[in-house]
Amino acid sequence: MKFFQQIAPNVAAKADVFGKAIVETLLMAAWAGVFVILFGLILGIILVITGDKGIRPNKVIYQVLDKIINLFRSIPFVILLAGLMPLSRLIMGTAIGLKGAIVPLVIGAIPFYSRQVESALSQVDRGQVEAAEAFGVSAPGIIFRVYLKESIAPLARGTTIAIISLFGLIAMAGAVGAGGLGDFAIRYGHDRNQTDATLVTVLVLVIMVSIIQIIGNTVAKKNTH
Amino acid sequence: MIRLEGIKKTFETKDGPLEVLKGVDLTIRDGEIYGIIGFSGAGKSTLIRTVNLLERPTEGKVFLDDICLTDLSPKVLRKERRRIGMIFQQFQLFPSRTVFENVAFPLRYTGRTKAEITDKVEKLLELVDLSDKKGAYPSELSGGQKQRVAIARALTTDPEVLLSDEATSALDPQTTKSVLKLLKRINTELGVTIILVTHEMDVIKEICDRVGVMEKGEIVEEGDVFSIFSNPQADITKNFVESTMNLSVINDLIAAESPLVELSPGECILRLRYLEKTTSEPLVSDLSRKYGIVINILFANVEIIRDHPVGGLVALVGGPAEQIGRAIQHLKSIGVGVEVIRDNEVLSANCA
Repeated sequence: MKFFQQIAPNVAAKADVFGKAIVETLLMAAWAGVFVILFGLILGIILVITGDKGIRPNKVIYQVLDKIINLFRSIPFVILLAGLMPLSRLIMGTAIGLKGAIVPLVIGAIPFYSRQVESALSQVDRGQVEAAEAFGVSAPGIIFRVYLKESIAPLARGTTIAIISLFGLIAMAGAVGAGGLGDFAIRYGHDRNQTDATLVTVLVLVIMVSIIQIIGNTVAKKNTH
Repeated sequence: MIRLEGIKKTFETKDGPLEVLKGVDLTIRDGEIYGIIGFSGAGKSTLIRTVNLLERPTEGKVFLDDICLTDLSPKVLRKERRRIGMIFQQFQLFPSRTVFENVAFPLRYTGRTKAEITDKVEKLLELVDLSDKKGAYPSELSGGQKQRVAIARALTTDPEVLLSDEATSALDPQTTKSVLKLLKRINTELGVTIILVTHEMDVIKEICDRVGVMEKGEIVEEGDVFSIFSNPQADITKNFVESTMNLSVINDLIAAESPLVELSPGECILRLRYLEKTTSEPLVSDLSRKYGIVINILFANVEIIRDHPVGGLVALVGGPAEQIGRAIQHLKSIGVGVEVIRDNEVLSANCA
């Protein structure tokens, strides 16, 4: 502890604030992550099965979804944060703080993640899907037993990338009032010129990102045969 | 029984509609092995895929016994599809599943108990001789082993019909033979009707009972394998038969003016073919003894198809012109096809 006080005096002095910031970041990542993965998977699956090589090709649904995703991917996250305030208030009851950040985080990350899902599921050989069809497997059966089951490895890699990029968004959300590590780094590291606060924040983020990457790699490796 | 009635299939492409099947009628009898042969692009894969409606025909009907598959709702169709197994050129095993899980795949979620599934899968793995590989992943198997797993998987639902879409085309000749043997065994032991698509005449020769020859989206010739081999009618069929019998090499020799085919006056080159299901008699020695002519075999190729010889020989024949003429008459009378390939003042006289 003494050593820590020496090399990062400002962080040590604000240990409770820093701890709270870590918890806030993790909370945002967990809540937003759950919804991003849920909706991203659904949208990714719809993209793949309605695409022209899918099991239920549907030009209208595919094109509409495709364009909406492109649209939301083009909007800078900072603008989403502000623009989605009314929606946040409607869903979460508030547009500020940690709770207020969840809606823009989810909407900001879903388009990217659904593209990751689409690309992962597209790697499943069309022939395997046909084989399952030939055995009389239903459409839901094909989605779960072929598309999802056969692409666990690329899905794990895509999910890893998406969650890590979610941390980037969380830091940004923090800067505009949601708390978390981004907020901490700006408030102390930047505004008060306490370089150690910035460095320690970065270090903690590096550790978080590494852990996520290791988990993702392990899952992918275990499911590659 | 499988019956295809007026099957047409048109694909929409960038360059406009492409008619791949132009009204195919086909009946496949219970218990037979029916081969469909054609060059790539002939529409044979599309045709076999219409049987279980992986490819829905633009027009026409598919019957399985008396059930019109093309009229069924998706739900009922899924159930009927379990009566039709299928294997593919690229095997299409699920790479994330073990051999056991791959074979069990079609049975899962069909209301069977775990014990029933295990029992069935183990029996089938025994049938395809892969019991020791049940925990392996497809990536650890050779091509032939993969196809045998695929065959076991296709049989889990006890289908009456097995569709084979170029199942041996990705395999080496040795492995092809063993896979074909396995298919034949499944046909005779389990009574499964097999429809197979191939571009290799050897596959047809090896196991098929009847064959349909496809060209440009139509079946141009159909019949039992012996008569197709011994007496092909359509040009494309002749082409296929020659590709495997190689009696046509003579044409290349003549074109190359090989010294092998140079004739002295009074000699001719004949191509003799077995046309009927005759047992092979001592043709050559008989002829030279009875008619006093000299027969020099340039090359011969006789295959046994469904227990009868098919093929023939190309021979350089010399001797008195009238005797050669009589010998030819005799050959024709016992059902041997005779074709004069080259003639040097022999038959121009008496047998034009």
